[in-house]
Amino acid sequence: MKWDWHAVSDFMPHFWDGLLVTLQALALGSLLSFTLGLVWTLLMRTPTRWVRWPVGVVTEFVRNTPLLVQLFFLFYVLPEWGLTFSALSTGVFAIGLHYSTYTMQVYRAGIEAVPVGQWEAATALNLPRRRTWTAVILPQAIRRVVPALGNYVISMLKDTPMLMVITVLEMLGQARLFSQQRFQFTEPLTVIGVAFILISYLASLLLRALERRLVR
Amino acid sequence: MTSGLWELVLKGVWTTVQLLVFSALLAAAVSFVIGLARTHHRWIVRFVAGVYTEIFRGTSALVMIFWVFFVLPVAFGWQLVPMWAGTLALGLTYGAYGSEIVRGALNSVDPAQKEGGIALSFTPAQRMRLIVLPQAVPEMIPSFSNLLIELLKGTALVSVMGMGDLTFSANLVRLALQQSAEIYTYVLLIYFVIAFVLTRLMRGLEKRLKAGIGREAGTEPAARELKRARTTGVGGGVA
Repeated sequence: MKWDWHAVSDFMPHFWDGLLVTLQALALGSLLSFTLGLVWTLLMRTPTRWVRWPVGVVTEFVRNTPLLVQLFFLFYVLPEWGLTFSALSTGVFAIGLHYSTYTMQVYRAGIEAVPVGQWEAATALNLPRRRTWTAVILPQAIRRVVPALGNYVISMLKDTPMLMVITVLEMLGQARLFSQQRFQFTEPLTVIGVAFILISYLASLLLRALERRLVR
Repeated sequence: MTSGLWELVLKGVWTTVQLLVFSALLAAAVSFVIGLARTHHRWIVRFVAGVYTEIFRGTSALVMIFWVFFVLPVAFGWQLVPMWAGTLALGLTYGAYGSEIVRGALNSVDPAQKEGGIALSFTPAQRMRLIVLPQAVPEMIPSFSNLLIELLKGTALVSVMGMGDLTFSANLVRLALQQSAEIYTYVLLIYFVIAFVLTRLMRGLEKRLKAGIGREAGTEPAARELKRARTTGVGGGVA
């Protein structure tokens, strides 16, 4: 086994570019999944089954099929339908959509964990439905779900390399490009492997700290 | 789609299923070894197992696959057949997630049960085999079921390395037909059907195992979903 530090130092500028794209995709994907997930949860609570049933089937389908194939689908099929987006936006949309089907379950668990007394109190105070949700239920539910959502952000981080297959140059994409140009696979791939371990370890420490503050 | 292309897809299904079975077996073995090691009484064993979990859970499955395919041959001179390289990468990664499930289930067994074993002067191995595991394993099944679905989704990653699995065959068909909507829809449906069958099988297994220790399987889907939100595979179980 031979290790070439020059290759590492040559790779580093590409690494930072890739890291930036990865973090961008992660931030936007997280925001999208948090929002969409909440939308799914609220739709699943509507009284008519004509809304609940399709939403349930679609989200179950998205959750049980590979993100990779969903990426291919969005990347190749949407242009056929006349919708063209940049590769990064397609990737962000795919990750956001995929993980929204997970966050919806987190939100649901959070909403169900709000004590029934809170609902009854809101009814007793004659709060309108909208106020009940925005002022009573959601603030309490969201507090409870932050740690679980954070876990999914870490999972999302580890799924961002898949964006490479739709030509997004995130960390793994940069590493592959560099390896193919220089025929040096060991260094760039190891660098990004270590980077992933470090980032997700730091993120999980951060999350644990946040959890201690939020959930008492 | 012509029948020749369908044949290609079927071959892809077969490769995916093979890879799924092998990597699930490896992941199960790793989960139990590492999970048991994490409840070991010596701190050094616990520490090493913990480091393993952090490393393999910390990195991305796709990066791990790249590493096994490109770095292992160059750095250590181990050139693996694609099927085994895929199995190794997926099994080790998902095994790290599984070890958390095993550890959690082992810790959730009532301590009084172990004390009972000590009082009856069982050896540690007997306690594990006859008392702890029969109660812990049924508790693991719902989480393992979710992890298995995550693993199924993970097998698609090997297509990036040019292994002829279901996703790869879809890409070939796309190139052959120059249109993608139809084939990707079919492939997504096939994955969904496999996932559905796996979920049913695991539910049956849970029922049988729980009947063995006189407990009722959690038929309530809501309870299952809740559990999934807490312990879902890829990266879900950091807490």
